[in-house]
Amino acid sequence: MNRKIRDTALVVATALAALVVVAMLAVILLDVVRSGASAISWTFLTQPPSGGMQSGGVGPAIFGTAALTILMTVAVVPVGVVTAIWLTEYAAPDSRLARYVRLAVSNLAGVPSIVFGLFGLGFFVQTLGRGVDKVAFGGVVTYGKPGLIWAALTLAILTMPVVIVATEEALRAVPRDLRDASLALGATKFQTTFYVVVPQAMGGILTSAILAVSRGAGEVAPILFTGAAYFLAELPTHLNDQFMNLGYHVYVLATQSPDVDKTRPQLYGTVLVLLLLTFLLNLLAVVIRVRARRASSIARA
Amino acid sequence: MSATSPSRNRPAPVPVPESEPEPDREHTPTGAFRTVEWRRSPPAWHRVAEIAIKVTALTAIVAIALIFVFIALESLPLFTSKLVHQEVTFAKMWLRQAWDGPGWAWQPTSGVPKFSILPLLIGSLKITVVSVAVGAPLGILAAIFTSQIAPRWLREILKPTIELLAGIPSVVIGVFALLVMATWFQRAFGFEHRLNALVAGCALSLTIIPLVFTLAEDALSSVPKSFADASLALGATRMYTIVNVIVPAALPGIAAGVVLGFGRAIGETMIVVMASGNAALVNWSLGTSTRTITATIAQEMAEVVHGSPHYVVLFVLGATLLLFAFATNLVAQRIVDRFRRKRGGT
Repeated sequence: MNRKIRDTALVVATALAALVVVAMLAVILLDVVRSGASAISWTFLTQPPSGGMQSGGVGPAIFGTAALTILMTVAVVPVGVVTAIWLTEYAAPDSRLARYVRLAVSNLAGVPSIVFGLFGLGFFVQTLGRGVDKVAFGGVVTYGKPGLIWAALTLAILTMPVVIVATEEALRAVPRDLRDASLALGATKFQTTFYVVVPQAMGGILTSAILAVSRGAGEVAPILFTGAAYFLAELPTHLNDQFMNLGYHVYVLATQSPDVDKTRPQLYGTVLVLLLLTFLLNLLAVVIRVRARRASSIARA
Repeated sequence: MSATSPSRNRPAPVPVPESEPEPDREHTPTGAFRTVEWRRSPPAWHRVAEIAIKVTALTAIVAIALIFVFIALESLPLFTSKLVHQEVTFAKMWLRQAWDGPGWAWQPTSGVPKFSILPLLIGSLKITVVSVAVGAPLGILAAIFTSQIAPRWLREILKPTIELLAGIPSVVIGVFALLVMATWFQRAFGFEHRLNALVAGCALSLTIIPLVFTLAEDALSSVPKSFADASLALGATRMYTIVNVIVPAALPGIAAGVVLGFGRAIGETMIVVMASGNAALVNWSLGTSTRTITATIAQEMAEVVHGSPHYVVLFVLGATLLLFAFATNLVAQRIVDRFRRKRGGT
């Protein structure tokens, strides 16, 4: 009898915990959708903010976020994917170098995002940027200030572990038989990797890129000092221009508004846009992954 | 980097025996071999590309090394620069300050700048402890339910759903904490400050729940089925088996998850900036406004002069965070490694 009560308690407690977590997710999403949906309109999506951020829209912030994440993706995906390819296909399992790379990746994943911001400022802006200015612009401050390119590169380093880990997973899921078959037919390691393994893992590699974009689009701390701007009348056109950003705009509206109640619709509208962007990308990644898992388990059976 | 493009431009040149000229197969005994051999040796750029791949793989090492070096370089003037020493030294960051106010104050822009790390450290710890205390049990219990108790169909819904929590940007959780949670907590507890350590900690727990959940779920699911089978065969109930066999076997993985959650929580920025109130007070109350290390960097860095004592101190705070993150990562890694060796031995 006693044991039965204890068993039931365990089921109830664990189920309750799962329920609470799911409920919290639902409450956040509902709150954002309920309060934000009414703010969304074509004007909101395309116009710059106006009237002390109490009207207008988030057009430049959407543009800035898109520009930032595209640059970031261009920088991080090739490097991350190639690193994952080296780790899974080329490195010997007990290779010391591979162990160091993995160690670096796991530590990179643990670095707090605000530290990436400091690093971006100290390395990219103050060191690399000023260096470029000295060499190419005769000391005129051109790249030695916060800008799109530095924020994108900072985010690229931040999202690198995401791409590497997800791509590795995708490459590992490619059955060994395929590699063996290709090698047995006389293909070289390189040919096997790039004409057999990588095409097979394309879905997973795409997922890794999506995850990186979704992560990068939502990060604010790393871009605080590397290029995000409070308000800009014009869209960024050069790599060294500052930019508006959805996440940063949310932060600004939530904490630096003189009248919170009046900016609330704007704030929730921006949150909804940001959430739609990152969340839908995440959902897409999850769906692709579940499908891939199902497909590969069918293929194995 | 150029290595990925050929797969798109060219069809896979996997040797196809049927397309090879057949005639000499009948006559020469070695013909069968020759048809599967490469007629041309692989192009030279393959070799170059392979070297490029290896070099590219070092990027992660270079990146983490650069991060450590640059955070350290910018923090170093705290120990070496006379200019910085006029305002602050490493010892002064820790010792009681001689003035009328509280003994440990963070007032970097007052007439006599005061850089005590103590209020920030206590603030970070308070919020982190709350978030782990709330998030870890929820994450672990939810993981036990998902991996051990829930029927298969429910598991396939629960796992991705809870992991979606990780996809919510932290500013969004921050807004929710600032506008919604803070009001709930105020109504429930009537704290002195609307934004406080408890609100921030609970909001922060939302970011570590998916982390703890994922790692705990992985650990629980990877306990060999034979463990459970043996227990069940001895007559133990399913629940007894979960509590006394499966969870203990997965404990290292779960512990690693909690340690990583702790590291994640202490480094989280945007949620605490928005929800903690940001007053640098020295007390252990959960109901008062709290300022963390991360929030301090986020709010002050944009306004400081490059190279000033304040700038250097903010980098020192960053270095502290980096060391925390590195240490938690190391501990988690140790736990997992030791466990793996142990299980490998038995």
